[in-house]
Amino acid sequence: MGLKGKACIAGAFEHPTRKAPDKSVALLHAECARGALADAGLTKDDVDGYFCAGDAPGMGPLSMVDYLNLKVRHVDATDIGGASYLVLVAHAAEAIAAGRCNVALITLAGRPRSEGMAIGTAPRAGNPAQPDLQFEFPYAPTIVNMYAMCAQRHMHEYGTTSEQLAWIKVAASQHAQFNEHAMLRDVVTVEQVLESPIVASPLHRLDCCVITDGGGALVVVKPEIARSLQRPLVSVTGAGEAVKGQSGGEVDLTYTAARWSGPAAFRMAGVMPADIKYASIYDSFTITVLLQIEDLGFCAKGEGGRFVSDGNLISGVGRLPFNTDGGGLCNNHPANRGGITKVIEAVRQLRGEAHPMVQVPNCDLALAHGTGGSLGTRHGAATLILERE
Amino acid sequence: MARPLSFIGAADTNPETMPYWDGCAAGKLLVRRCLSCGKAHHYPRGLCPFCFSDRLEWIEASGRGAIYAFSVMQRAEVAYAIAYVTLAEGPTMMTNIVDCDFDSVRIGMEVTLRFVPGEGGPPLPVFAPA
Repeated sequence: MGLKGKACIAGAFEHPTRKAPDKSVALLHAECARGALADAGLTKDDVDGYFCAGDAPGMGPLSMVDYLNLKVRHVDATDIGGASYLVLVAHAAEAIAAGRCNVALITLAGRPRSEGMAIGTAPRAGNPAQPDLQFEFPYAPTIVNMYAMCAQRHMHEYGTTSEQLAWIKVAASQHAQFNEHAMLRDVVTVEQVLESPIVASPLHRLDCCVITDGGGALVVVKPEIARSLQRPLVSVTGAGEAVKGQSGGEVDLTYTAARWSGPAAFRMAGVMPADIKYASIYDSFTITVLLQIEDLGFCAKGEGGRFVSDGNLISGVGRLPFNTDGGGLCNNHPANRGGITKVIEAVRQLRGEAHPMVQVPNCDLALAHGTGGSLGTRHGAATLILERE
Repeated sequence: MARPLSFIGAADTNPETMPYWDGCAAGKLLVRRCLSCGKAHHYPRGLCPFCFSDRLEWIEASGRGAIYAFSVMQRAEVAYAIAYVTLAEGPTMMTNIVDCDFDSVRIGMEVTLRFVPGEGGPPLPVFAPA
Protein backbone atom coordinates (compact mmCIF):
# COMPACT_ATOMS: atom_id res chain seq x y z
CA MET A 1 0.00 0.00 0.00
CA GLY A 2 1.41 3.40 -0.95
CA LEU A 3 1.20 6.15 1.65
CA LYS A 4 1.12 9.24 -0.56
CA GLY A 5 -1.74 11.49 0.47
CA LYS A 6 -2.78 9.17 3.29
CA ALA A 7 -1.36 10.82 6.43
CA CYS A 8 0.42 13.92 7.75
CA ILE A 9 2.61 14.60 10.76
CA ALA A 10 0.71 17.40 12.46
CA GLY A 11 2.46 17.54 15.81
CA ALA A 12 6.06 17.05 16.94
CA PHE A 13 7.62 17.70 20.32
CA GLU A 14 11.06 17.05 21.78
CA HIS A 15 11.21 17.26 25.55
CA PRO A 16 13.69 20.00 26.51
CA THR A 17 15.08 18.05 29.47
CA ARG A 18 18.31 16.09 29.20
CA LYS A 19 18.32 15.04 32.88
CA ALA A 20 15.11 14.34 34.77
CA PRO A 21 15.84 12.78 38.18
CA ASP A 22 12.59 14.21 39.56
CA LYS A 23 10.25 12.72 36.96
CA SER A 24 9.00 9.20 36.24
CA VAL A 25 9.25 7.66 32.79
CA ALA A 26 5.45 7.67 32.59
CA LEU A 27 5.31 11.41 33.37
CA LEU A 28 7.93 12.12 30.71
CA HIS A 29 5.77 10.20 28.19
CA ALA A 30 2.77 12.27 29.27
CA GLU A 31 4.60 15.60 29.00
CA CYS A 32 5.76 14.64 25.50
CA ALA A 33 2.20 13.66 24.53
CA ARG A 34 0.86 16.99 25.79
CA GLY A 35 3.61 18.88 23.97
CA ALA A 36 3.02 17.21 20.61
CA LEU A 37 -0.77 17.64 20.81
CA ALA A 38 -0.36 21.33 21.69
CA ASP A 39 2.05 21.72 18.77
CA ALA A 40 -0.58 20.24 16.44
CA GLY A 41 -3.42 22.28 17.94
CA LEU A 42 -5.24 19.15 19.07
CA THR A 43 -6.32 17.85 22.47
CA LYS A 44 -6.10 14.57 24.33
CA ASP A 45 -9.72 13.80 23.45
CA ASP A 46 -8.90 13.91 19.72
CA VAL A 47 -6.53 10.93 20.05
CA ASP A 48 -8.02 7.63 18.85
CA GLY A 49 -4.81 5.68 18.19
CA TYR A 50 -1.81 5.17 20.48
CA PHE A 51 1.61 3.90 19.47
CA CYS A 52 4.64 3.13 21.63
CA ALA A 53 7.62 0.75 21.86
CA GLY A 54 9.74 -0.99 24.45
CA ASP A 55 10.57 2.15 26.44
CA ALA A 56 6.93 2.50 27.50
CA PRO A 57 6.57 1.13 31.03
CA GLY A 58 4.08 -1.70 31.37
CA MET A 59 2.73 -4.33 29.00
CA GLY A 60 2.90 -2.95 25.48
CA PRO A 61 0.63 0.10 25.28
CA LEU A 62 -1.63 -0.88 28.21
CA SER A 63 -0.12 1.05 31.12
CA MET A 64 0.49 4.20 29.10
CA VAL A 65 -3.00 4.26 27.56
CA ASP A 66 -4.33 3.95 31.11
CA TYR A 67 -1.93 6.56 32.59
CA LEU A 68 -2.80 9.04 29.82
CA ASN A 69 -6.47 8.04 30.18
CA LEU A 70 -6.95 7.76 26.42
CA LYS A 71 -9.96 6.29 24.63
CA VAL A 72 -8.40 4.60 21.62
CA ARG A 73 -9.67 2.23 18.94
CA HIS A 74 -6.24 1.27 17.63
CA VAL A 75 -2.89 0.47 19.30
CA ASP A 76 0.52 -0.71 18.04
CA ALA A 77 3.61 -1.49 20.13
CA THR A 78 6.04 -2.73 17.48
CA ASP A 79 9.50 -2.71 19.04
CA ILE A 80 12.67 -2.68 16.97
CA GLY A 81 14.68 -0.63 19.43
CA GLY A 82 15.66 2.91 18.51
CA ALA A 83 14.15 2.65 15.03
CA SER A 84 10.69 1.81 16.40
CA TYR A 85 9.31 5.35 16.20
CA LEU A 86 9.95 5.60 12.46
CA VAL A 87 8.16 2.28 11.98
CA LEU A 88 5.35 3.54 14.20
CA VAL A 89 4.92 6.63 11.99
CA ALA A 90 4.53 4.31 8.99
CA HIS A 91 2.17 1.99 10.88
CA ALA A 92 0.14 4.98 12.04
CA ALA A 93 -0.12 6.24 8.46
CA GLU A 94 -1.27 2.78 7.33
CA ALA A 95 -3.81 2.56 10.16
CA ILE A 96 -5.17 6.01 9.24
CA ALA A 97 -5.36 5.01 5.57
CA ALA A 98 -7.26 1.87 6.58
CA GLY A 99 -9.71 3.89 8.66
CA ARG A 100 -8.66 2.39 11.97
CA CYS A 101 -7.87 5.77 13.56
CA ASN A 102 -7.75 9.46 12.65
CA VAL A 103 -5.36 10.95 15.22
CA ALA A 104 -2.39 8.74 16.15
CA LEU A 105 -0.20 9.63 19.12
CA ILE A 106 3.35 8.20 19.31
CA THR A 107 5.40 8.69 22.48
CA LEU A 108 8.90 7.83 23.67
CA ALA A 109 10.58 8.62 26.99
CA GLY A 110 13.23 7.35 29.34
CA ARG A 111 15.82 8.40 31.88
CA PRO A 112 18.96 6.30 31.46
CA ARG A 113 21.14 9.24 32.57
CA SER A 114 19.41 9.62 35.94
CA GLU A 115 19.36 5.87 36.40
CA GLY A 116 23.12 5.69 35.75
CA MET A 117 22.86 3.12 32.97
CA ALA A 118 26.26 2.28 31.47
CA ILE A 119 24.34 1.43 28.35
CA GLY A 120 27.17 1.34 25.89
CA THR A 121 29.92 -0.31 27.85
CA ALA A 122 28.25 -2.91 30.08
CA PRO A 123 27.13 -6.28 28.69
CA ARG A 124 23.39 -6.70 29.15
CA ALA A 125 21.78 -10.03 29.89
CA GLY A 126 18.36 -10.63 28.41
CA ASN A 127 15.71 -13.30 28.63
CA PRO A 128 17.47 -16.71 28.77
CA ALA A 129 15.03 -17.94 26.12
CA GLN A 130 16.54 -15.44 23.66
CA PRO A 131 18.19 -18.04 21.40
CA ASP A 132 21.41 -16.14 20.70
CA LEU A 133 22.12 -15.12 24.30
CA GLN A 134 24.03 -18.22 25.44
CA PHE A 135 26.37 -17.97 22.48
CA GLU A 136 27.16 -14.27 22.85
CA PHE A 137 26.75 -12.98 26.42
CA PRO A 138 29.81 -14.83 27.84
CA TYR A 139 32.03 -12.92 25.40
CA ALA A 140 30.82 -9.56 26.76
CA PRO A 141 29.31 -7.91 23.71
CA THR A 142 28.41 -4.29 24.51
CA ILE A 143 26.74 -1.71 22.34
CA VAL A 144 30.06 0.01 21.66
CA ASN A 145 32.24 -2.98 20.85
CA MET A 146 29.61 -4.42 18.51
CA TYR A 147 29.52 -1.20 16.44
CA ALA A 148 33.30 -1.01 16.76
CA MET A 149 33.60 -4.36 14.97
CA CYS A 150 31.52 -2.93 12.10
CA ALA A 151 33.92 0.01 11.93
CA GLN A 152 36.99 -2.25 12.05
CA ARG A 153 35.66 -4.40 9.21
CA HIS A 154 34.71 -1.37 7.10
CA MET A 155 38.20 0.04 7.57
CA HIS A 156 39.66 -3.32 6.54
CA GLU A 157 37.55 -3.69 3.39
CA TYR A 158 37.35 -0.09 2.20
CA GLY A 159 40.24 1.80 3.77
CA THR A 160 37.90 3.97 5.86
CA THR A 161 39.81 5.97 8.48
CA SER A 162 39.17 7.29 11.99
CA GLU A 163 39.65 10.81 10.58
CA GLN A 164 36.76 10.25 8.18
CA LEU A 165 34.52 8.96 10.97
CA ALA A 166 35.50 11.98 13.08
CA TRP A 167 34.07 14.31 10.41
CA ILE A 168 30.61 12.98 11.26
CA LYS A 169 30.97 14.10 14.89
CA VAL A 170 32.44 17.42 13.76
CA ALA A 171 29.38 18.07 11.55
CA ALA A 172 26.99 17.17 14.40
CA SER A 173 28.83 19.52 16.76
CA GLN A 174 28.69 22.35 14.21
CA HIS A 175 24.89 22.00 14.30
CA ALA A 176 24.57 21.45 18.06
CA GLN A 177 26.19 24.80 18.88
CA PHE A 178 22.93 26.48 17.83
CA ASN A 179 20.63 24.17 19.84
CA GLU A 180 20.08 25.61 23.31
CA HIS A 181 18.84 22.23 24.60
CA ALA A 182 21.74 20.14 23.21
CA MET A 183 23.68 18.21 25.83
CA LEU A 184 27.01 18.96 24.09
CA ARG A 185 27.18 22.39 22.46
CA ASP A 186 30.93 22.76 22.00
CA VAL A 187 32.21 22.63 18.44
CA VAL A 188 34.86 19.92 18.15
CA THR A 189 37.61 19.31 15.60
CA VAL A 190 38.75 16.11 13.91
CA GLU A 191 41.86 16.21 16.11
CA GLN A 192 39.76 16.43 19.29
CA VAL A 193 37.77 13.35 18.27
CA LEU A 194 40.95 11.41 17.56
CA GLU A 195 42.53 12.53 20.83
CA SER A 196 39.53 11.39 22.91
CA PRO A 197 40.16 8.03 24.61
CA ILE A 198 39.44 4.77 22.81
CA VAL A 199 36.34 3.11 24.29
CA ALA A 200 36.35 0.03 22.05
CA SER A 201 38.86 0.04 19.21
CA PRO A 202 38.65 1.73 16.78
CA LEU A 203 35.88 3.92 18.28
CA HIS A 204 36.79 6.90 20.47
CA ARG A 205 34.69 8.47 23.16
CA LEU A 206 33.65 11.23 20.75
CA ASP A 207 32.54 8.63 18.17
CA CYS A 208 29.76 7.73 20.64
CA CYS A 209 26.37 9.34 21.21
CA VAL A 210 25.27 11.02 24.43
CA ILE A 211 23.24 9.33 27.17
CA THR A 212 20.26 11.52 28.03
CA ASP A 213 16.95 11.53 29.83
CA GLY A 214 13.98 12.89 27.97
CA GLY A 215 11.66 11.90 25.18
CA GLY A 216 9.54 13.00 22.31
CA ALA A 217 6.15 12.58 20.72
CA LEU A 218 4.54 12.78 17.30
CA VAL A 219 0.94 13.20 16.18
CA VAL A 220 0.07 11.61 12.84
CA VAL A 221 -3.32 12.53 11.42
CA LYS A 222 -5.65 12.12 8.47
CA PRO A 223 -4.88 14.75 5.77
CA GLU A 224 -8.36 16.31 6.15
CA ILE A 225 -7.60 16.95 9.82
CA ALA A 226 -4.10 18.26 9.05
CA ARG A 227 -5.55 20.79 6.61
CA SER A 228 -7.91 22.10 9.32
CA LEU A 229 -4.96 22.88 11.62
CA GLN A 230 -2.76 25.97 11.62
CA ARG A 231 0.51 24.15 10.85
CA PRO A 232 2.53 23.60 7.65
CA LEU A 233 1.55 20.30 6.00
CA VAL A 234 4.15 17.55 6.35
CA SER A 235 3.14 14.36 4.53
CA VAL A 236 4.44 10.84 4.91
CA THR A 237 5.09 9.72 1.32
CA GLY A 238 7.42 6.76 1.67
CA ALA A 239 8.28 4.14 4.26
CA GLY A 240 10.37 1.02 4.49
CA GLU A 241 11.34 -1.37 7.27
CA ALA A 242 13.71 -4.33 7.43
CA VAL A 243 15.59 -6.59 9.83
CA LYS A 244 19.11 -7.98 9.45
CA GLY A 245 20.89 -10.53 11.61
CA GLN A 246 23.84 -12.90 11.45
CA SER A 247 22.28 -14.96 8.63
CA GLY A 248 22.89 -18.33 10.26
CA GLY A 249 26.59 -17.56 10.62
CA GLU A 250 27.14 -15.86 7.26
CA VAL A 251 28.05 -12.66 9.09
CA ASP A 252 28.58 -9.50 7.02
CA LEU A 253 29.12 -6.34 9.05
CA THR A 254 29.74 -4.05 6.08
CA TYR A 255 26.10 -3.21 5.43
CA THR A 256 22.88 -2.60 7.35
CA ALA A 257 19.19 -3.29 6.81
CA ALA A 258 18.96 0.25 5.38
CA ARG A 259 19.99 -1.47 2.16
CA TRP A 260 16.42 -2.81 2.04
CA SER A 261 14.35 -0.25 3.97
CA GLY A 262 15.81 2.69 2.04
CA PRO A 263 14.99 1.59 -1.53
CA ALA A 264 11.49 0.52 -0.41
CA ALA A 265 10.83 4.01 0.97
CA PHE A 266 12.30 5.78 -2.06
CA ARG A 267 10.22 3.60 -4.42
CA MET A 268 7.02 4.29 -2.52
CA ALA A 269 7.66 8.05 -2.54
CA GLY A 270 8.84 8.08 -6.16
CA VAL A 271 12.00 10.03 -5.35
CA MET A 272 15.75 9.39 -5.44
CA PRO A 273 18.51 9.91 -2.84
CA ALA A 274 19.82 12.85 -4.90
CA ASP A 275 16.44 14.61 -4.47
CA ILE A 276 16.69 14.68 -0.65
CA LYS A 277 17.37 18.15 0.78
CA TYR A 278 17.77 17.18 4.43
CA ALA A 279 18.46 13.81 6.10
CA SER A 280 18.06 12.70 9.69
CA ILE A 281 20.39 9.71 9.97
CA TYR A 282 20.54 7.60 13.13
CA ASP A 283 23.79 8.41 14.92
CA SER A 284 24.34 6.14 17.88
CA PHE A 285 27.95 6.15 16.70
CA THR A 286 29.80 7.81 13.84
CA ILE A 287 30.08 4.45 12.05
CA THR A 288 26.28 4.05 12.20
CA VAL A 289 25.91 7.18 10.07
CA LEU A 290 28.56 6.15 7.56
CA LEU A 291 27.08 2.68 6.96
CA GLN A 292 23.53 3.99 6.61
CA ILE A 293 24.54 6.78 4.21
CA GLU A 294 26.03 4.14 1.91
CA ASP A 295 23.11 1.73 2.26
CA LEU A 296 20.51 4.46 1.65
CA GLY A 297 22.24 5.21 -1.65
CA PHE A 298 23.68 8.66 -0.95
CA CYS A 299 27.01 7.23 -2.14
CA ALA A 300 28.38 3.88 -3.29
CA LYS A 301 29.32 1.14 -0.81
CA GLY A 302 32.80 1.82 0.49
CA GLU A 303 32.69 5.52 -0.48
CA GLY A 304 31.13 6.65 2.81
CA GLY A 305 34.42 7.77 4.35
CA ARG A 306 35.14 10.15 1.49
CA PHE A 307 31.49 11.28 1.36
CA VAL A 308 31.29 12.41 4.99
CA SER A 309 34.67 14.20 4.98
CA ASP A 310 35.41 17.90 4.71
CA GLY A 311 32.11 19.09 6.13
CA ASN A 312 29.87 17.42 3.54
CA LEU A 313 27.20 16.81 6.22
CA ILE A 314 27.23 20.39 7.56
CA SER A 315 24.18 22.52 6.74
CA GLY A 316 25.11 25.40 4.43
CA VAL A 317 28.47 23.80 3.64
CA GLY A 318 28.00 20.26 2.32
CA ARG A 319 25.84 18.30 -0.09
CA LEU A 320 23.83 16.40 2.52
CA PRO A 321 22.87 18.46 5.60
CA PHE A 322 22.22 15.92 8.37
CA ASN A 323 21.01 15.97 11.98
CA THR A 324 20.77 19.74 12.24
CA ASP A 325 19.65 19.47 15.89
CA GLY A 326 23.06 18.02 16.75
CA GLY A 327 21.72 14.46 16.59
CA GLY A 328 22.40 11.70 19.05
CA LEU A 329 26.10 12.50 18.92
CA CYS A 330 25.64 15.94 20.52
CA ASN A 331 22.01 16.82 21.21
CA ASN A 332 19.87 14.02 22.58
CA HIS A 333 19.44 10.23 22.61
CA PRO A 334 16.48 9.89 24.98
CA ALA A 335 15.90 6.43 26.46
CA ASN A 336 18.88 5.25 24.37
CA ARG A 337 16.45 5.30 21.46
CA GLY A 338 17.06 8.08 18.98
CA GLY A 339 14.42 7.38 16.35
CA ILE A 340 11.83 9.91 17.41
CA THR A 341 14.28 12.83 17.46
CA LYS A 342 15.18 11.92 13.88
CA VAL A 343 11.57 12.45 12.79
CA ILE A 344 11.16 15.59 14.92
CA GLU A 345 14.12 17.43 13.36
CA ALA A 346 12.99 16.40 9.86
CA VAL A 347 9.56 17.91 10.64
CA ARG A 348 11.24 21.13 11.88
CA GLN A 349 13.24 21.36 8.65
CA LEU A 350 10.17 20.78 6.44
CA ARG A 351 8.20 23.41 8.35
CA GLY A 352 11.10 25.88 8.15
CA GLU A 353 11.26 25.84 11.94
CA ALA A 354 14.84 24.59 12.39
CA HIS A 355 17.33 27.04 13.91
CA PRO A 356 18.00 29.77 11.28
CA MET A 357 21.71 28.95 11.32
CA VAL A 358 21.03 25.35 10.21
CA GLN A 359 17.72 25.65 8.33
CA VAL A 360 18.02 24.20 4.82
CA PRO A 361 16.58 26.75 2.33
CA ASN A 362 13.27 25.69 0.77
CA CYS A 363 13.42 22.28 2.43
CA ASP A 364 10.46 20.43 0.92
CA LEU A 365 11.78 16.85 0.85
CA ALA A 366 13.46 15.07 3.77
CA LEU A 367 14.49 11.60 4.80
CA ALA A 368 14.55 10.18 8.33
CA HIS A 369 16.24 6.88 9.02
CA GLY A 370 16.68 4.81 12.15
CA THR A 371 18.53 1.74 13.35
CA GLY A 372 17.48 -0.25 16.40
CA GLY A 373 19.22 -3.08 18.22
CA SER A 374 22.85 -3.66 17.30
CA LEU A 375 24.49 -3.47 13.89
CA GLY A 376 27.01 -6.00 15.21
CA THR A 377 24.44 -8.71 15.87
CA ARG A 378 20.82 -8.10 14.84
CA HIS A 379 19.00 -4.88 14.13
CA GLY A 380 15.94 -3.27 12.66
CA ALA A 381 15.97 -0.41 10.17
CA ALA A 382 13.25 2.03 9.23
CA THR A 383 13.22 4.75 6.59
CA LEU A 384 10.67 7.53 6.11
CA ILE A 385 10.36 9.99 3.25
CA LEU A 386 8.57 13.18 4.31
CA GLU A 387 7.38 15.99 2.06
CA ARG A 388 6.07 19.48 2.66
CA GLU A 389 2.94 20.08 0.63
CA MET B 1 44.85 -11.20 33.92
CA ALA B 2 41.93 -12.61 31.99
CA ARG B 3 38.36 -11.47 32.23
CA PRO B 4 36.07 -14.10 33.78
CA LEU B 5 33.50 -15.42 31.31
CA SER B 6 30.02 -16.04 32.64
CA PHE B 7 27.86 -18.79 31.22
CA ILE B 8 24.19 -17.91 30.94
CA GLY B 9 21.08 -19.94 30.35
CA ALA B 10 20.09 -23.47 31.24
CA ALA B 11 19.13 -26.72 29.60
CA ASP B 12 15.50 -26.26 30.53
CA THR B 13 15.20 -23.10 28.45
CA ASN B 14 17.29 -24.27 25.48
CA PRO B 15 17.26 -28.10 25.57
CA GLU B 16 18.24 -28.48 21.90
CA THR B 17 21.58 -26.74 22.42
CA MET B 18 22.73 -29.00 25.28
CA PRO B 19 24.91 -31.16 23.00
CA TYR B 20 26.92 -28.01 22.17
CA TRP B 21 27.63 -27.38 25.85
CA ASP B 22 28.27 -31.07 26.52
CA GLY B 23 30.80 -30.84 23.68
CA CYS B 24 32.46 -27.85 25.34
CA ALA B 25 32.64 -29.81 28.59
CA ALA B 26 34.49 -32.53 26.65
CA GLY B 27 36.83 -29.99 25.02
CA LYS B 28 35.14 -30.10 21.62
CA LEU B 29 33.56 -27.32 19.56
CA LEU B 30 30.48 -28.71 17.82
CA VAL B 31 28.94 -27.18 14.72
CA ARG B 32 25.43 -27.90 13.50
CA ARG B 33 25.21 -29.09 9.89
CA CYS B 34 22.12 -29.76 7.81
CA LEU B 35 21.76 -33.19 6.23
CA SER B 36 19.26 -31.82 3.69
CA CYS B 37 21.08 -28.77 2.26
CA GLY B 38 24.56 -29.59 3.53
CA LYS B 39 25.23 -26.18 5.06
CA ALA B 40 26.68 -25.65 8.53
CA HIS B 41 25.33 -22.87 10.75
CA HIS B 42 25.97 -21.06 14.03
CA TYR B 43 24.61 -20.40 16.65
CA PRO B 44 23.05 -23.89 16.71
CA ARG B 45 19.34 -24.25 16.05
CA GLY B 46 16.79 -27.06 16.02
CA LEU B 47 15.79 -26.23 12.43
CA CYS B 48 18.25 -25.39 9.66
CA PRO B 49 18.17 -21.58 9.18
CA PHE B 50 18.79 -22.04 5.45
CA CYS B 51 16.15 -24.66 4.50
CA PHE B 52 14.09 -25.30 7.69
CA SER B 53 14.97 -29.01 7.63
CA ASP B 54 15.07 -30.75 11.01
CA ARG B 55 17.55 -33.33 9.72
CA LEU B 56 20.67 -31.98 11.39
CA GLU B 57 23.93 -33.42 12.68
CA TRP B 58 26.65 -32.22 15.04
CA ILE B 59 30.16 -32.18 13.62
CA GLU B 60 33.33 -31.52 15.56
CA ALA B 61 35.05 -28.36 14.37
CA SER B 62 38.73 -28.56 13.46
CA GLY B 63 39.38 -25.59 15.74
CA ARG B 64 40.95 -23.59 12.94
CA GLY B 65 39.58 -20.23 11.90
CA ALA B 66 40.35 -16.65 10.89
CA ILE B 67 39.37 -13.35 12.48
CA TYR B 68 36.55 -11.67 10.52
CA ALA B 69 36.26 -8.64 12.82
CA PHE B 70 37.36 -7.66 16.31
CA SER B 71 37.38 -4.84 18.85
CA VAL B 72 39.48 -4.38 21.96
CA MET B 73 37.24 -3.12 24.75
CA GLN B 74 39.45 -0.61 26.55
CA ARG B 75 36.77 0.87 28.78
CA ALA B 76 36.40 -2.20 30.98
CA GLU B 77 37.91 -3.27 34.28
CA VAL B 78 40.04 -5.71 32.34
CA ALA B 79 40.50 -4.98 28.64
CA TYR B 80 39.36 -7.82 26.37
CA ALA B 81 39.12 -8.56 22.67
CA ILE B 82 35.73 -9.54 21.26
CA ALA B 83 35.70 -10.98 17.76
CA TYR B 84 33.86 -12.79 15.03
CA VAL B 85 35.90 -15.79 13.91
CA THR B 86 35.08 -17.60 10.67
CA LEU B 87 35.53 -21.31 11.27
CA ALA B 88 37.18 -23.58 8.70
CA GLU B 89 33.77 -25.34 8.61
CA GLY B 90 32.10 -22.17 7.29
CA PRO B 91 30.06 -20.35 9.93
CA THR B 92 31.25 -17.21 11.68
CA MET B 93 30.88 -17.15 15.49
CA MET B 94 31.18 -14.54 18.20
CA THR B 95 34.05 -15.25 20.59
CA ASN B 96 36.98 -13.71 22.45
CA ILE B 97 40.63 -13.60 21.35
CA VAL B 98 42.93 -14.53 24.24
CA ASP B 99 46.56 -15.21 25.13
CA CYS B 100 48.11 -12.52 22.96
CA ASP B 101 49.12 -8.88 22.79
CA PHE B 102 45.87 -7.20 21.71
CA ASP B 103 47.86 -4.66 19.67
CA SER B 104 48.93 -7.54 17.42
CA VAL B 105 45.39 -8.69 16.60
CA ARG B 106 44.44 -8.18 12.93
CA ILE B 107 41.49 -9.04 10.70
CA GLY B 108 42.38 -12.14 8.68
CA MET B 109 44.69 -13.47 11.39
CA GLU B 110 44.66 -17.29 11.65
CA VAL B 111 43.46 -18.45 15.06
CA THR B 112 43.07 -21.71 16.88
CA LEU B 113 40.54 -22.99 19.42
CA ARG B 114 41.10 -22.84 23.18
CA PHE B 115 38.77 -23.40 26.10
CA VAL B 116 38.59 -21.20 29.19
CA PRO B 117 36.60 -21.88 32.36
CA GLY B 118 33.06 -20.50 32.29
CA GLU B 119 31.58 -19.25 35.53
CA GLY B 120 28.39 -21.16 36.31
CA GLY B 121 28.66 -23.51 33.34
CA PRO B 122 30.90 -25.50 31.02
CA PRO B 123 34.21 -24.22 29.60
CA LEU B 124 33.74 -21.70 26.79
CA PRO B 125 35.32 -21.78 23.34
CA VAL B 126 37.69 -18.88 22.61
CA PHE B 127 40.52 -18.41 20.14
CA ALA B 128 44.21 -17.48 20.19
CA PRO B 129 46.61 -16.68 17.35
CA ALA B 130 47.61 -19.91 15.61
